[in-house]
Amino acid sequence: MATTTQTQTGAKPAAGLSKEEILRYSRHLIMPEVGMEGQLKLKNAKVLLIGTGGLGAPLGLYLAAAGVGKLGLVDFDVVDFTNLQRQVTFGTSDVGKPKSQAARARLSNLNPDIQIESFETQLTSANALELFKDFDIIVDGTDNFPTRYLVNDACILLGKPNVYGSIFRFEGQVTVFGMPDGPCYRCLYPEPPPPGLVPSCAEGGVLGVLPGIVGSIQAMETIKLIIGNGENLIGRLLLFDALGMKFRELRLRKNPNCPMCGSHRTIHKLIDYYEFCGVRGEEAPVPDLKVPEITPRELKHRLDRGDDLFILDVREPHEFQICNLKGHLIPLGELPRRVHELDSSREIIAHCRSGKRSADAVDFLRKAGFRKVLNLKGGILAWSDEVDPSVPKY
Amino acid sequence: MAVKVIIPTPLRPYAGKQGSAEVKAATVGEALTNLTTQFADLRKHLFTDDGKLRSFVNVYVNDEDIRYLGKENTPTKDGDTISIVPSIAGGCCCLTAFGPLVEAGL
Repeated sequence: MATTTQTQTGAKPAAGLSKEEILRYSRHLIMPEVGMEGQLKLKNAKVLLIGTGGLGAPLGLYLAAAGVGKLGLVDFDVVDFTNLQRQVTFGTSDVGKPKSQAARARLSNLNPDIQIESFETQLTSANALELFKDFDIIVDGTDNFPTRYLVNDACILLGKPNVYGSIFRFEGQVTVFGMPDGPCYRCLYPEPPPPGLVPSCAEGGVLGVLPGIVGSIQAMETIKLIIGNGENLIGRLLLFDALGMKFRELRLRKNPNCPMCGSHRTIHKLIDYYEFCGVRGEEAPVPDLKVPEITPRELKHRLDRGDDLFILDVREPHEFQICNLKGHLIPLGELPRRVHELDSSREIIAHCRSGKRSADAVDFLRKAGFRKVLNLKGGILAWSDEVDPSVPKY
Repeated sequence: MAVKVIIPTPLRPYAGKQGSAEVKAATVGEALTNLTTQFADLRKHLFTDDGKLRSFVNVYVNDEDIRYLGKENTPTKDGDTISIVPSIAGGCCCLTAFGPLVEAGL
């Protein structure tokens, strides 16, 4: 499963730096806070990055550049064009390649003196402990609740620090979990939000620089843990608001009754985190609502022959600006109070980007008494694929 | 007593796109109730149908978690800052605990 480039000489801790390494790390070496001692600690450190995406990009780049002796990269995903806006490890020529491999190639080029292992796999309860055991510090740069809880629990079971970062649009959170006297993720959020409250793509989007900043703070915390200098974000949650350009800090307490890290632990092994979070994996999403559908080709055919169809677009206004099918725009969230804008005697075709939100809209409208309402299967994405390629996909 | 409530990004669409709001309140519970009176759309996101604060929404007075103070009965004084801190999972493209479906009542 693991692919390794470069190998360190022997399994013994490195006792010194080569002449080339001294030159490469000279700006660390001339700082008393790092110095030769700190640089050797970095060289002997083993850090595992969970996720090589938005947060993983600055993490990988800075930790490799700093001379962390062994970096593990866990990611099962493949680079796509929408990643390039923020995942600065990757270049345009990497599109289509596995992220862990593309990141390994980039980081090996940045620093050929370190060992990099890529794990092209999804982190699961079955492989997490095995993957984590060879590393000193785990850095969580994932993008979903089940993996957050999995990383937390595996770190607590193995007694390893978990450098946590997460982002949403303009906002970031960073802290260090899993230290002996510090709290864990479950102390902060004992339970995940119910799946019904985890949103669809309408709430998506992230400003590209944000993961750069948050991931860089995680990299800084990781390096401080390794060199044993400075004050880490242990028991402190750093909140970053990029829009207001404000950093704030909240105190995190270790919950004495925490089922994971409290004095009476009730969780002794890894569990099924998708079940815990009430969701299936991204690879196996919860089945969509069963509502009457129309395919893009059928819709095109019916429009061409002049059928009276009312196109209802339930996306957000900013999505409408990207591309649209000249439909009537009512964002899903506004549908209940704007339902009077619709004529139930006409046939309504609801659509969104991928067909998920519009399925909810169709379900809602049918429950509200609308009889002639269909969901455009696959949304505007499928329309672009099957009918009109000039409609951009996003 | 006037307190400032800081509204996190995922909730701003339901709070007139504001990053914070001033409310008059003597306790945290009162502050949140007054906030959701001012912004009715917020209510569903912060409270369950029976009026309890949702379990995955953390609330802080200044830098302290109200779970370790007096929960919703935690007193507030003039100039205090209340922070609503939702769990966000995003590393890349983002997931949070708040979605449009809640708003839509779907």
